[in-house]
Amino acid sequence: MTSRPAPFFIAALLILWCAMAAFATSNGAWLSNVSQRERERVNPYRDQSDAVAAGRRIFLDHCAHCHGQDAEGTKKRPSLKSSRVQHEATDGDLHWLLVNGNRSQGMPSWVKLGDPQIWQVICYVKSLH
Amino acid sequence: MGGAVLASWVRAALARIGGAALLLTGMLLPSCLQCHAQEYPYFVTYSQEMEEPGNLDIEWFNAVGNPPGGNRFMGSDVEFEYGLKGWWTTEFYLDGQATQNDSTIFTGFRWENRFRPLSREHWINPVLYAEFEDTSADKTLREVVGHDGRYDFLVPNRLAHMDKERELELKLILGSNLHGWNISENFIGEKNFAGDPWEFGYAFGASRPLQLAASARECVFCAEKFQAGVEMYGGLGDASGFGLHLTSQYLGPTVNWAAPNGMTVTFSPQFGLNGYSLPVLYRFSVSYEFQQFFSHFHRSGQ
Repeated sequence: MTSRPAPFFIAALLILWCAMAAFATSNGAWLSNVSQRERERVNPYRDQSDAVAAGRRIFLDHCAHCHGQDAEGTKKRPSLKSSRVQHEATDGDLHWLLVNGNRSQGMPSWVKLGDPQIWQVICYVKSLH
Repeated sequence: MGGAVLASWVRAALARIGGAALLLTGMLLPSCLQCHAQEYPYFVTYSQEMEEPGNLDIEWFNAVGNPPGGNRFMGSDVEFEYGLKGWWTTEFYLDGQATQNDSTIFTGFRWENRFRPLSREHWINPVLYAEFEDTSADKTLREVVGHDGRYDFLVPNRLAHMDKERELELKLILGSNLHGWNISENFIGEKNFAGDPWEFGYAFGASRPLQLAASARECVFCAEKFQAGVEMYGGLGDASGFGLHLTSQYLGPTVNWAAPNGMTVTFSPQFGLNGYSLPVLYRFSVSYEFQQFFSHFHRSGQ
């Protein structure tokens, strides 16, 4: 019996092509993708000083290598002290972004952190204004 | 006496197979300005999580077993996982194994790619997986498919090494995050290029951090640093005989600890659920994640 690897390689290439095509159609305007319901979500840790301190720890562990130790941004990644993050985006908007990511722009999903830690890091980011 | 022999054998196996991994990690660690890993405690099951773009995760993985009528073994691999894009993760593995009263050998390599077709989070998130492997006498049990069973471990290395396995493995990975729990399911199809029929398998894992919210102070052994869960996997026969007949099945608890300085240690005892499985497997791994790996080289070059 002769082996026929070609169809399997074609299948693998097809998978790659589909994935690339899906991402070619996405864009970076994440804020406009957030639903009103998500936008209005209230941060249960808001105004808790412990949450800001905990959020800072999470930020330094997971976010600082892209956004900078002081959240000023780096060459390729945006500052989190911008007007867009500090004033335009609500806590709910940022929660949506951290859950969904913006993969086409290099921002991964942080859903693995779980809701409490996501809200805590939002507390910290919003404390930077 | 037996304990001393086993301890001596484990030391020798660790020294041989782990040497390369430790050397490599030692070389790279000084460049790890800030490294951190937060991973699910699975050994066989893949979750929907992708490696972050630019991050390199190096993991030293081990499986120790003792097949009835055979010799104790330790299968090891060193895994290099790199996030190419937010939706594309690639991994390269170097595999080896040591068998008591037999030999320690390099068993081959594997190269895998994972693609996440949907950009947003959904209640269930698919990931497509394709892997090419060129191995022989592999004892890492990174997946169980077809009629893989305990009798495979009775073949001496010199004979098993001659049986080259060049295979394509495809997986459909499904993962969900619900109320702090991660629930992941894998459906596996594997095709040997030598002409064997497609073999099938599955893996399932569920895990949760012991504490969801972070504490305000740094801590080492606090609950948020631990994740615990359960993992189950096994074969589903092949294209000429799909089902559980003559397949091995495993189930076990699993736990990991995110240690300071970026290391994650994972451990799981896994128990064979039928006579075709190994009675028990002990799995452990150590991993480091190097964040924005290549940026360290750019900085040092400036």
